[in-house]
Amino acid sequence: MTDAVVAPAPAPAFSRSEMMIVAAARELAGQRVCFVGVGLPNIAVNLAKRTVAPELELVYEAGVFGAQPARLPLSIGDPTIVTGATAVVSMFELFAFYLQRGLIDVGFLGAAQIDRFGNLNSTVIGPYDAPKTRLPGSGGACEIAINAKNVFVIMRQSARSFVKEIDFRTSPGNLGGAEQAEAIRRAGGWNGRGPSVVVTDLGIWHFDETGEMRLDSLHPGATLDEVRSTIAWEPKISEHLEATPAPTGEELRLVREELDPGGVYTK
Amino acid sequence: MSTSKVASMHDAVADLVRNGDTVAIEGFTHLIGFSAGHEIIRQRKRDLVLARMTPDLIYDQMIAAGVARKLIFSWLGNPGVGGLNGIRRRIEPASLAPGQVPLEIEEYSHFGMVSRYTAGAAGLPFMPLRSYFETDLPKANPLIRPIRSPFSDETIYAVPPLNPDVTIIHAQRADANGNTQVWGLLGCQKEAAFAADRVIVVVEELVDEAVIRADPNRTIVPGLIVDAVVVDPYGAHPSYVQGAYDRDNRFYLDWDPISRDEAVLQQWLRDWVYDLPDRAAYVEKLGAERIASLKPGSAPSGSVEYGDYR
Repeated sequence: MTDAVVAPAPAPAFSRSEMMIVAAARELAGQRVCFVGVGLPNIAVNLAKRTVAPELELVYEAGVFGAQPARLPLSIGDPTIVTGATAVVSMFELFAFYLQRGLIDVGFLGAAQIDRFGNLNSTVIGPYDAPKTRLPGSGGACEIAINAKNVFVIMRQSARSFVKEIDFRTSPGNLGGAEQAEAIRRAGGWNGRGPSVVVTDLGIWHFDETGEMRLDSLHPGATLDEVRSTIAWEPKISEHLEATPAPTGEELRLVREELDPGGVYTK
Repeated sequence: MSTSKVASMHDAVADLVRNGDTVAIEGFTHLIGFSAGHEIIRQRKRDLVLARMTPDLIYDQMIAAGVARKLIFSWLGNPGVGGLNGIRRRIEPASLAPGQVPLEIEEYSHFGMVSRYTAGAAGLPFMPLRSYFETDLPKANPLIRPIRSPFSDETIYAVPPLNPDVTIIHAQRADANGNTQVWGLLGCQKEAAFAADRVIVVVEELVDEAVIRADPNRTIVPGLIVDAVVVDPYGAHPSYVQGAYDRDNRFYLDWDPISRDEAVLQQWLRDWVYDLPDRAAYVEKLGAERIASLKPGSAPSGSVEYGDYR
């Protein structure tokens, strides 16, 4: 596989954020119960519910099961996730009975930093006690990474984010590799199997048998040079690298007209 | 027959919040007690330990006003917008003013924080949870500790109880005795209230005891543990109250530039907190048009039959 194989794409009629949302939504095909994050994951999950996964149950950490948001939630606790939901529960109940008990199939996470094994940092850049940049911290991310059966990561690629070593491990991925991670998960009784996909603005990464990210699909308009220049390690590229199908007209219509009409997350 | 606990916000905060207290103003994106936080700023309380899962704009304002020495939290951000700039300036060494003492922080995950309140509310010495494995959080916070199950070989993590001196919650309605009903997101208000020594309930509406008794399943906090009831309509603005008013997202967006500049932030505190006597004045300054724009459409609940069993 060389860069020359990928033909230069025509100017895309969709943004890279839109491609990222559509690709993440498609990954939800066949999933049942999804723990939703605010922002891009929220649009992706709501798109999946209208396309590949109509039976998807939306769970929000604020304490909602079976949400049917009538508008794009502005925050993780928007009132629109309550009206028309199946159940509203306390946050203890949500984290203990739904997540810790093992009822969540997919948890969506983003982060400021990710390493090749899918370990995530959303706490600090620099040393913890004297941070260069103080980030929001875990929220529910740490327990989602441990207890959701599958973790989907959605984040834009940049050499500052896809780093050799993260500054703080907020959410465990495949630790130092698959073998170690699987032994620790088994011994510790985790519900989660760790990260299963990383969807970026450039492509779709899964994890190979060593537990390391491998680029399996390249989005239209993106190049392998771009992929390599936005990642701080020499990335694994699949021998069977696919081209992500461009968003369909219907997918774009749903995103633009129903899910994010203001273009808040998709520009 | 119960006596009335209805008090003004001024009196409730003056009587029940003391310098050095651990104070929890809880409410997860919904029902955030902004009017109570502003009164604490106005009365220039000092050296508070502020606990809250998501500090949100209210703790950004309170910490910028200098009321706190320490923050206990699990997610530090302006939800859906970005960072909390006032708090960040007190944490990042490069941003500290000369001679300024950094804000002490004690950090958990969401599940860790709700577990702390739950342990506190239940009178337990700790709460076990399946989280924190293989993360750096127990290194950052030595109060997150591994424990061995007494019934198996499993090792899990435990967090200590959190028992605030004062918990303040905002709710749709309560009666004069403090029996409090909430609908919409419940967050961890029940746990935080039962964990506290003193409880202030701030409501949109004071109702007759009969209204509470007609729907007892909706009561999250009984008057038994409530010390004061403050009636402060729109007291949760710019956050929201399910069914009454929407989040004022414009303010959440506006806060980002306001809070990026310390002088602008301090001027905002003068204009909207120090120079106003109470929430009624704040609502008047906000204007009827702005308030009206936040009113949601109608979606009433069905009613249920409790039955008459005499």
